[in-house]
Amino acid sequence: MKKEMELLRLLEKDGRMPVKMIAKLLDVTEEDVEKMMSDLEKRKVIVGYSGIVDWTKVDSPEGITAMIDVKVQPKRGVGFDEVAERIYRFKEVKALYLMSGTYDLSVVIEGATMSEVGQFVSEKLSTLESVLSTTTHFQLKKYKHDGVVFDDGDEDHRIVVSP
Amino acid sequence: MTNRYLSEAVERIQPSGIRKFFDLASSMDNIISLGVGEPDYATPWNIREASIASLERGMTSYTANAGLPELRDEISRYLTREFKTDYNPEEEVIVTAGASEAIDLAMRATVNPGEEVLVVEPSFVSYAPLVSLIGGVPVSVSTSIEDGFKVTAEQIESRVTDRTRGILLCFPNNPTGTVMTKDELEKVAHVIKKHDLIVYSDEIYAEMTYDERHVSVPALEGMYERTILISGFSKAFAMTGWRLGYVCAPAPVAAGMLKIHQYAMMCASTMAQYGALEALRNGKDEMLEMVESYRQRRNFFVSSLKEIGLDCHIPGGAFYAFPSIKSTGLSSEEFAEKLLFAERVAVVPGNVFGEGGEGHIRCSYATSLTQLEQAVDRMDSFIKSL
Ligand SMILES: Cc1ncc(COP(=O)(O)O)c(C=O)c1O
Repeated sequence: MKKEMELLRLLEKDGRMPVKMIAKLLDVTEEDVEKMMSDLEKRKVIVGYSGIVDWTKVDSPEGITAMIDVKVQPKRGVGFDEVAERIYRFKEVKALYLMSGTYDLSVVIEGATMSEVGQFVSEKLSTLESVLSTTTHFQLKKYKHDGVVFDDGDEDHRIVVSP
Repeated sequence: MTNRYLSEAVERIQPSGIRKFFDLASSMDNIISLGVGEPDYATPWNIREASIASLERGMTSYTANAGLPELRDEISRYLTREFKTDYNPEEEVIVTAGASEAIDLAMRATVNPGEEVLVVEPSFVSYAPLVSLIGGVPVSVSTSIEDGFKVTAEQIESRVTDRTRGILLCFPNNPTGTVMTKDELEKVAHVIKKHDLIVYSDEIYAEMTYDERHVSVPALEGMYERTILISGFSKAFAMTGWRLGYVCAPAPVAAGMLKIHQYAMMCASTMAQYGALEALRNGKDEMLEMVESYRQRRNFFVSSLKEIGLDCHIPGGAFYAFPSIKSTGLSSEEFAEKLLFAERVAVVPGNVFGEGGEGHIRCSYATSLTQLEQAVDRMDSFIKSL
């Protein structure tokens, strides 16, 4: 159990870490690592492996990300789950969270342009029966994502040999 | 190098062997350094922020000689919580400019000229010179890889004379990474009590043990009254550049050390003390994350050294491995120098850490996994090329 938590923390930082390396770090065999990983995958504790991309560094038409606060009317019996499902099935929706506070759902949308996102909000999101209101915020710059700082200035300043 | 203006005590002291390697390695590009005796983390942000905030609030004056009362209080409680010691924050804790100053204070406050201090070696490089500087005589107690660099009661007893004042212990150890269990320490404590010695216990790596919890010397039965505990923030909280440590001892001994500290240092850096306060109050989670990562790297590095044919005991703490290079037929210095020139990997030759160090190299694994992997590959090619 303790090793499993350690494994998860390692993979969360580096999903591409080779099994051989993980085995050495955790002081277990490679088979143990494979087994733990496939078990975690089966239990959907690990739900995928993805790279963290700074899209601003490549020559592609820059996409745009918006975070939308949505107020909804929950339904008897199913609460927020039904409307949540109707929202997250749209492929434009990258993430969806149920929130405490002044609104209910936080929707993260990615689109090619601002108008594309606007269109999605006005045509698809606002028109859902349970949606009461939306507030759209566009992301201007990414400083840190999933614990990773983009353009980290923390270099190694240590002197090469010390006591 | 003699000069008529220098004192005899200073003339007697040899420059550290580490210096030579520093000069060599600094003159080269693209090296991977396993020679660094400090964490590869910057200080956790909340600690840095607390120190910045203290400056913003204008907390820029001296503190009490012994340090901020609230910091001494936290140190005392922290040590009790983590290591079961019992020090009165008002009279038995002094905040110092690093463990380095704490070692100096302990020596100066307790050793008379001509008295001997046992130094368990291989050891941190400043112990013997600091004993010599005050006219004391450092006497080496040598440990070896056969015992996993643990010191035994017999080894200590064989070096005790009627001039022996005390013994310097450091577990987890720099450079060997060795830790001692409670049982082993109790046996050592027995001879220490028998010969009425003072123990100078440098426990600066106490938080960094990987297989079992650290056992603090002053927490052992009957040892509090004869122990001076030396520690600090440099390693566990990644605060080497802040120059902040502490020393704890029974009130009369602490009062003696405070006399020196008040004249020589006045007080430790105020802004650093505010950072340390935050480290003790809210720094544990991040410290544990760092310790977990060191443990993983220890596992990786030591098993990799074995794979390339270097004999290495399992270091239970700190962030050093101390493999034997005797199988290569080279001396420590030859090995380190050749490795540096041939493969651009910097390590520290074991002989600079005193008796028992020859035939070994100190490798610090407090560096990124990528660098560690490359370093192992390069060491492998180097050994095969011999
Ligand atoms: C065993 C030991 N004691 C003391 C020190 C000095 O620590 P500080 O930075 O607190 O002066 C070091 C640093 O390398 C060390 O390894």
